[in-house]
Amino acid sequence: MSEIALPKIDSSILNRKSEIVKKLSKLTNIENVLSEADELRPYETDALSVYTQTPLAVVLPENTEEVSEILKYCHSENIKVVPRGAGTGLSGGALPLQDAILLGLGKFNKILEIDYENKCVVTQPGVTNLGITHAVQHKGFYYAPDPSSQLACSIGGNVAENSGGVHSLKYGTTTNNILGVQMVMMDGTICRFGGKSFDQEGYDLMGLICGSEGLLGVVTEVTVKILKTPEVVRAALIGFPSIKEGGDAASEIISSGIVPAGMEIMDKALIEATDNFSKAGYPRDAELLLIVELDGTESEVNELIKKVEAICKKNNCSSLKLSNSEKERLSFWAGRKAAFPACGAMAPDYYCMDGSIPRGKLAEALLEIKKLSEKYELPVANCFHAGDGNLHPLIMFDGNDKEQLRKTEEFGSEILKTCVRLGGVITGEHGVGIEKRELMCEMFNDNDIQQQLSIKKSLDEKNLLNPGKVYPILRKCAEEGRVHVHKNKDKFPDLPRF
Amino acid sequence: MSTKIKINSQIFQDSNNIYYPKDETEVSDLIRELYKQDSPTEIIGNNSKSFIGNKTQSANTTSLSKISGIIDYRPEELYIKVKACTPINEIEQVLSENNQELAFEPIDFGYIKEGKSNKGTIAGYLSCNYAGSRRFKVGSVRDHVLGFKGVNGKGDIIKSGGTVVKNVTGYDLSKLIAGSFGTLVALTEITLKVLPKKDSSKTVIIYPSNFEQIYDFFNKLSSSSSEISGAVFIPEQSKDKDFVTKKNSVFKFNDLKSNVSFIAFRVEGDKISIEEKIHNLKKELELNNSDISTLDVYQSEPFWKKVNNLEVFEKTEHNLIRMVIPPANGSKLCKYLENNHNYFVDWCGSLFWIEVNSKKEEKIKDIKKMAKDFGGYLTVIKTSSEYDYGEAIFTVDKVRLMISEKVKQSFDPKRILNPGKMYRGV
Repeated sequence: MSEIALPKIDSSILNRKSEIVKKLSKLTNIENVLSEADELRPYETDALSVYTQTPLAVVLPENTEEVSEILKYCHSENIKVVPRGAGTGLSGGALPLQDAILLGLGKFNKILEIDYENKCVVTQPGVTNLGITHAVQHKGFYYAPDPSSQLACSIGGNVAENSGGVHSLKYGTTTNNILGVQMVMMDGTICRFGGKSFDQEGYDLMGLICGSEGLLGVVTEVTVKILKTPEVVRAALIGFPSIKEGGDAASEIISSGIVPAGMEIMDKALIEATDNFSKAGYPRDAELLLIVELDGTESEVNELIKKVEAICKKNNCSSLKLSNSEKERLSFWAGRKAAFPACGAMAPDYYCMDGSIPRGKLAEALLEIKKLSEKYELPVANCFHAGDGNLHPLIMFDGNDKEQLRKTEEFGSEILKTCVRLGGVITGEHGVGIEKRELMCEMFNDNDIQQQLSIKKSLDEKNLLNPGKVYPILRKCAEEGRVHVHKNKDKFPDLPRF
Repeated sequence: MSTKIKINSQIFQDSNNIYYPKDETEVSDLIRELYKQDSPTEIIGNNSKSFIGNKTQSANTTSLSKISGIIDYRPEELYIKVKACTPINEIEQVLSENNQELAFEPIDFGYIKEGKSNKGTIAGYLSCNYAGSRRFKVGSVRDHVLGFKGVNGKGDIIKSGGTVVKNVTGYDLSKLIAGSFGTLVALTEITLKVLPKKDSSKTVIIYPSNFEQIYDFFNKLSSSSSEISGAVFIPEQSKDKDFVTKKNSVFKFNDLKSNVSFIAFRVEGDKISIEEKIHNLKKELELNNSDISTLDVYQSEPFWKKVNNLEVFEKTEHNLIRMVIPPANGSKLCKYLENNHNYFVDWCGSLFWIEVNSKKEEKIKDIKKMAKDFGGYLTVIKTSSEYDYGEAIFTVDKVRLMISEKVKQSFDPKRILNPGKMYRGV
């Protein structure tokens, strides 16, 4: 992708590398500090792999006290810190900086307590999302948010990004499913928000931290809510002859009062791609495919399925198949879950976008994306979490062709602007990171952004924690005429710009 | 008279001066002026919940009550965007016409304050973040806010969030505003997630014989795949005759025994699945038909209204505490409260409403210690006229207070908005 501006490199920090590494080795086990080129390579990027940077050093602390000591040291010496979970983020939130320590939470990989009586699990942040469910499923419980990367992504990263998943319409995202966090602030202060009880009193600091992309603190412990596995889960696979009819059916399901556990839409390009790839048995003649999942007690699910069937038939569905076994339900999902690799098989590279739109605007959004695809001469396939309005267009391109790269980025940016125009937002679940930083001005005005920066400043005065992420570097925003800076006079001269 | 002239006029000297800005721009102009003059203001809506929290020390009062009205309601998109001080009743009415509702079940604090309904405004609800009986299943007020607009302590109009459920663009300030008691922004616009109303409901009553059994039932209820959407324990408290009389009169239903302690749990959905869930739960809780009573929908709905209106504490002149703890410690707390204080338990064992007699005010300190030891917190929702504020009415630790001060500073550096409403210094 094109070059992005990162905070100015502090050369004095680069010059002090050996001294810094030596000091860090005293704050944790010596083998937890990595500083040689070949050791640093695995940490050069997260899942937005088009951007790479080598960090000054990587440190992998083993407990909260070590995190606190490391941050305290970095704070006093003005050393920047980039926190990292499993590195599965898609927006570059864990991209290292050359003059920053990369603080990896990989060694925080233990579940600390399973408390069935209070229906919660206390875990270290490096445990994977699916690891939590695995630990409690033998008793019939699970952790609800299920981002597609749940096999690999860490719960700490989920808190940083407020991750969702296909079931978030009914069960919410991370912020609705955690009860408490322990966090270390940039100056080393250890704090606890919430616990095992509902709704902390006072400012909802846990709610602020959730989705703050590692800019306000380093999460070292998370208490998550666990839910009882539903008695029955069934899915329906429904084909439609047009985008409009399928989109209308999805809207009608919601407005009729049904809250599906999951509802996914795939367009024709993706139906073909995934069916070629995974042999899921999707209706290849359909212009649009709807997967609806319903859960609850047996009669509840049967009742809901009847309603969904009636709505889809009314909207002229061309095919309708219900899962009659758990195996069949999983086969319905197999294609959808293979969407990304299927696109990967069709082109040398693909770029996954992540915008949210009002559900009812789906047909309009898809039409607009189709036009853009023709304009930029790049193929695109679309999947859509229809339940919660989260759209993932996958643009296929050849990364070796510089011109295609440039066009892909412009195409993606236009898609997100379309989402905002339709009443949506630039990121539904991947986060802003560095990827969508400059697009923040599409959604927020100067006051909005200054308020957010002001919070950042109040909790990390020196702007050392994950700087350069999420918020536009003012110069660029102003150049693009989105932030109003009059006669070079800054409205908030006392605020730092990052 | 413009806001600016008004503030600069003699009337401004009057401590009873109340401003009624009509729109967001007027709120912004007013607060910007107050900011310039270092003159703090109390922020109120319809005054239904302003008794909760500390008394603010301010020369001015800003009533946002004129900022009212529905801006945009999209039933098919499951959201409603309203001006901040739109009355809850108005919102519930329009949602009900489309068979939708605010799933967090707003509590009606009017009954404890003045013995009659006064739900107040949505801004008031968001500022307090107190959800009703369905909370443990559907989340609190904060979980239903999609976005807001408001004016910070410098007079700047700010916004966060939007109208879509999935949104991770920037810090989630909607959460921070929930429960901030008007100390961060003067709200002007709120977007809420709405959900379909359930077809019907039924309530099953169990008569447990001891505290261990109560919590055994609560645990089984919250561990079941047959989801419930409300579970309360109403004790008999035989030592306080007045409370017993009140309890028996509030919960007077054809199918409910009087003069006994009971657990009530609610099942919602279509009629067939309600029967199926009750059947499953009776099996899981090992209940026989002879042990229980069942309230049909015509009794079930008013029953939960009475719970959420806190009617057993109607017009209380004593201190009313709202305490939330992890449920595993609930039976210990019940044992302590028995014969000491009037109380009832909601949220399937997590939420305690406790009345502390004004003559026993010193006990609040012990109860707060217990809340902290059990891993929870308490708020003195209503104070008696003799309350001396010796014990802070909110629960906060040093580190959280320090961070709260910093957050306050970032929104309202001169402490113009509701200073001291929550904590000193915030």
